[in-house]
This record gives sequence, C-alpha cells and structure tokens, in this order.
Amino acid sequence: MMSQNSCTSKEKLLQRIYEVSFAVDDILLFLDTHPCCQEALSFYREYSSERQKLMKEYARHYGPLTIDDALETDANSWRWMEQPFPWEQEGECR
Amino acid sequence: MWNYEKRLQYPINIKTPNAKIAQFIASQYGGPDGEIGASLRYLSQRFTMPNRMTAAVLNDIGTEELSHLEMVSTIIHQLTRNLSMEEIEKSGLGPYYIDHGVGVWPQAAGGIPFNACEFQSKGDPVTDLFEDLAAEQKARSTYDNILRVVRDIPEIADPIRFLRSREIVHFQRFGEALRSVQENLDAKNFYAFNPAFDNPCKASCKNS
Repeated sequence: MMSQNSCTSKEKLLQRIYEVSFAVDDILLFLDTHPCCQEALSFYREYSSERQKLMKEYARHYGPLTIDDALETDANSWRWMEQPFPWEQEGECR
Repeated sequence: MWNYEKRLQYPINIKTPNAKIAQFIASQYGGPDGEIGASLRYLSQRFTMPNRMTAAVLNDIGTEELSHLEMVSTIIHQLTRNLSMEEIEKSGLGPYYIDHGVGVWPQAAGGIPFNACEFQSKGDPVTDLFEDLAAEQKARSTYDNILRVVRDIPEIADPIRFLRSREIVHFQRFGEALRSVQENLDAKNFYAFNPAFDNPCKASCKNS
C-alpha cells in the first residue's frame, strides 16, 4: 500500500514536471522572437520557477533528472547513473 | 554546450511491439525529413545568421530537435523490444535485423541510410531560413502520413501528434526569424547582398 501511494505521487510529480517543462520549452521559442512581450516574460517566470522547484523535489525523493540536482538525495552512491533512462520498461534496464 | 535531462520531452510508454510500424517511424529518426537532419541543419546553420534573434531561434529549435530524435528513437526501441524471430521475419524487418539486430540506426523507411545531403547549410540566411520553413512542413507531412497508419493505436499516435504539433510551432518561429532578417536587408532587393558574407555590418546584432 505504502509503495503504491508513493508510486502514485511519483507519477503525479513527474507528470507536473512534464507539463511545466513543456510550458517553458514553448514560451522560450516565443520569447526568442518577442523578447519584449511582458505577458510572455511573466509566464516564463512563473513556470520556470515552478519547474526548478519540482525538479529539486523530484531529485530529493526519487533521484536526479539533471546533473545539477545529482546531490539532492542523501544516498551514498552515484544516483545520476542509477536513475533509469526514460525509454526503459519498469523494472528492467532497457 | 548542452545539459541532459533524464526524461523525454513528452512521455512515451509503448507496451506492444510492432516491427512494421517501427520501420515506418524510423524515417523520422534518420530519414530525409527526420529529426537528426532537422537538428544538424539548424545547429549547423546558426553560425552565419546576421542577427542574434535568428541565431537564437536556430539554436533553441535545434536543441528541441535533439529531444525529438530521442523521442523518435524511443518509439523505435519500444516497438522493437521483445520481438520474436517469427515477427521479425513476417514483418519485413529481416534485412534490418541482419545488419543491426534491434539496435537503433538512422535510416529512412525505405532503407536508405542517413546522409548529410538531406539538408543544406548554405551560408546565406535567406536561403537557409526558407529551407527551414520547408523542412518543418515536410516533417509535418511525414507525421501526417504516419498518423494515417497509427491513428487507432493511442500509445503510438499520442506522442506522434505531439511531435507533429511542434513542427507547426517551429514553422511559425522560423517565419518570424526570416522577417527579422529581411527587415535588415535592402527593401528594394533582398538579394542585393548576402548578410552572412558581403556586408555583415549592415545587419548588426543590436538590431534585434
């Protein structure tokens, strides 16, 4: 039960990371060609700061998604390598 | 330089392998309008752009294309994972299997290997940006062709729709970048000089 709950919140957190990261991916291209658009700038500010917060939170609980967060966990091993690649089937390494 | 994130740009989780569809979709990895060509095209062209906005658009779209080639290769990998020998032979994947097993290798759907001649880096911003606009449309058409085959298989169609929609956004941004270049050129004759070669000072990075 415990592990099922933690799995659900892990998936939810990752889902939110996908959403806010996509918002950042899209608005950054818009800002490249509209660098003075205040609405877009504040949109970027909002989603980028949520993204940074969530990426750190994910790293603390489930391991790092980027090298900058590699030491967020208290593990004594190199979690960056141990973290699964995104194409892997659950429980396997390919 | 780049930072890697250990996640896809859009999640993909294909449970049922399908060797035939893997061969079709492989074209968007290493085919004539695939994501490898897209990425190399933009990342190569960005050096001769006459203003910073256009270099930024090429840089950032070229970067996003790297995440797309990772998505397409993930689809190919998941569609060819755990295939039986019988499925490989029946589906027509046999010749590919002989050379690559089920490794991911860049080729077109018809088997032609990836080749840098599939894109240009012409050293002329107007020429390059028109190629980029066409490239986004060609990739969009290929995704449309793929969607007619996979539309009833949500686990494949969903990420393909995401990739298709990005082609449309990139087309829009390239159009804006082209306009910014043309605004810096001789309005009576856009071809009076090549801003990457003949007269770079006329289009300074200070004008956007």
